[in-house]
Amino acid sequence: MAEMTMAKALNLAMREAMAEDKTVMVLGQDVGKDEGVFRITEGLLKEYGPDRVIDFPVAESAIAGVAVGLCFTGFKPIAEMQFSGFGYHAFHQIENHVSRFRSRTRGRYTCPMVIRMPFGAGIRAIEHHSESREAIWAHLPGLKVVIPSGPRNARALLRASIFDPDPVMFYEPKACYRAFKEEVPEQPEVMEIGKANIVRPGDDVTIISYGASMRPVLEAADELEIEHHIDAEVIDLLSLVPLDTETIVASVKKTGRVVVVHEAPKNCGPAAEIIARIVENALMFLEAPIERVTGFDLVMPYFNLEKYYIPDAHRVVTAAREVVSY
Amino acid sequence: MPRAKIELRNYIESLSILDADGNVDTALEPKLDPQDLRRVFAAMLRARRYDERMLKLQRQGRIGTYGPALGQEAASLGPAFVITKNDWLIPSFREPAAMLHRGWPMHKLMLWWGGNEFGSVVPDGVNDLPICVPVSSQCLYGAGVAWGCKLKNDGSVAVAYTGDGGTSEGDFHEAMNVAGAFRLPLIMIIQNNQWAISLPRAKQSASDTIAQKAIAYGFNGIQADGNDILAMIAATQEAVDRARKGDGPTLIEAVTYRLGVHTTADDPKKYRTDEEVECWRAKDPLIRFWTYLLAKKVMDEKARELLEEEINNEITAAVERTEAYEPDVLEPFRHSFATMPPHLEEQMMQFQAYLESIGAHPGRASTDKIETARGLH
Repeated sequence: MAEMTMAKALNLAMREAMAEDKTVMVLGQDVGKDEGVFRITEGLLKEYGPDRVIDFPVAESAIAGVAVGLCFTGFKPIAEMQFSGFGYHAFHQIENHVSRFRSRTRGRYTCPMVIRMPFGAGIRAIEHHSESREAIWAHLPGLKVVIPSGPRNARALLRASIFDPDPVMFYEPKACYRAFKEEVPEQPEVMEIGKANIVRPGDDVTIISYGASMRPVLEAADELEIEHHIDAEVIDLLSLVPLDTETIVASVKKTGRVVVVHEAPKNCGPAAEIIARIVENALMFLEAPIERVTGFDLVMPYFNLEKYYIPDAHRVVTAAREVVSY
Repeated sequence: MPRAKIELRNYIESLSILDADGNVDTALEPKLDPQDLRRVFAAMLRARRYDERMLKLQRQGRIGTYGPALGQEAASLGPAFVITKNDWLIPSFREPAAMLHRGWPMHKLMLWWGGNEFGSVVPDGVNDLPICVPVSSQCLYGAGVAWGCKLKNDGSVAVAYTGDGGTSEGDFHEAMNVAGAFRLPLIMIIQNNQWAISLPRAKQSASDTIAQKAIAYGFNGIQADGNDILAMIAATQEAVDRARKGDGPTLIEAVTYRLGVHTTADDPKKYRTDEEVECWRAKDPLIRFWTYLLAKKVMDEKARELLEEEINNEITAAVERTEAYEPDVLEPFRHSFATMPPHLEEQMMQFQAYLESIGAHPGRASTDKIETARGLH
């Protein structure tokens, strides 16, 4: 076991995959010599050379599109979009090709690739660097959407994504890159994509979240227990597609009360789908209306205001208390 | 020196070998044996007859909207004729001559235009991508395929197609930029057919030629008479030789003309004159090549009659095979991911239960029953 940050853990997952499988490649802007603007690709160029770690011209659509072509010729590309805010250039390639090739060719051509992007607020970054738009990708059929929340699951899920036979949008909560360390096993570890994690069992209310919001949620769960004697069950989704309906529904049937938390805007956000699945599968178990603690339906404010806009523990505590006292 | 001249390559070659009357420039004539010449003609004629039948099938309501390639047989076939089995073909959607020549079964193309995904499933062993609709988006995976060829270092190359309209798309420019920067073995064919639906070539770009765009990307570009199969073969051969040696990409502008409609949903009379069309009809790639073959005594009318009959039989068989195809209503669920995730399994089961509730089972029989139940007949 070694203690490391999420940044190191992601790096480790790529190093391990590249060592094991010569078809694994990394391409993106500044991923080679510069080792990535967040240093996630540190050391990869030195270890695996310029044929497998490619410093790409500034063209996100090309990064995604070229990766598709590499898949057809037998490679497993890991494409890095420097920031999710610039990943929209690649939307066209992702919607029209990355997500569709398996279906439209009935499996004759597939895209076993990962598109990694840092997303979310919390590091006082300039405009266009703080959005949470994961719902956009979750809406596109044919893509998996994976979002880790800490070093250990980041490493295990990135490994699973690299070796997944289908394309994975791997959204990295950049606020977590270096925020804390965690023990990570010596040996490579794989987590099944589509399985949520019950991080904290509880009986009174289910709090569902993912990514960077997991930290304020866990903080809130502690406060709820200590200050308010409310025993919250906390679910870390880890993947929006597939979404672990089974784990969510089992928890809701136990607690009857739900709060869903994410940084992404509220309208048509991931919470809307999560709540729809709860309603479809456990309506009669609900004891109170479900609360959403999310970003507002606004353009993300510049970083001077971001701390007031990111869902924090206090908002989660308030929502959970309302749901429990209903 | 505050203000100096930077020398650039300041010309683009234009290549024409076989003129509209069938006269050949023997100095430039590619060396093709009689068998190859017959294969080239057969491939162009096959594409022409396929195209004509598809238009009829569309009018009879037996396929969906169709985008004919009438008049562009040489531009499309030339590059496909030059490359080998190990190479890759990345089509747009007006390259039936190339696709049929490469080994796409004719009924597959018919299935595609008939609205069936199995028309995108190329047989194993054929290194071709399926038809691509979003304009020029294929250029990028074309560059990716070329990149893969380069990494494998097996001498294989990729040929990708787009049109004059496609050169305005960002994906085209990104692909050319990347191909140049990494010296990828990519041969980019621009079928400059003068019209992007209603927008003429002159309004698509202020560049005098499309070929010259290659200069800015740092590689070779050439303009070829796209209605001259010999020029297309010669230009592609040069480009392929260069790519195989590791000397990077080539952009080939094939100057041709869309004699027909953009698609069967289009009425070109709204934007271009009959005179213009007639002028290009006189430059038909098949007519001039036939004249050339007759002069070379490689084929005669009798051989052509036999060929026509053979093609006609192939088309009829392909139509029959296409129309015998029975879609499975639940098939799409099985191909979204390698392993069906729970939410899709649930949706499929719900759909299946609905089908059973109206007495239908997957397969064509069920589509009829669904239509009856929903009053769609």
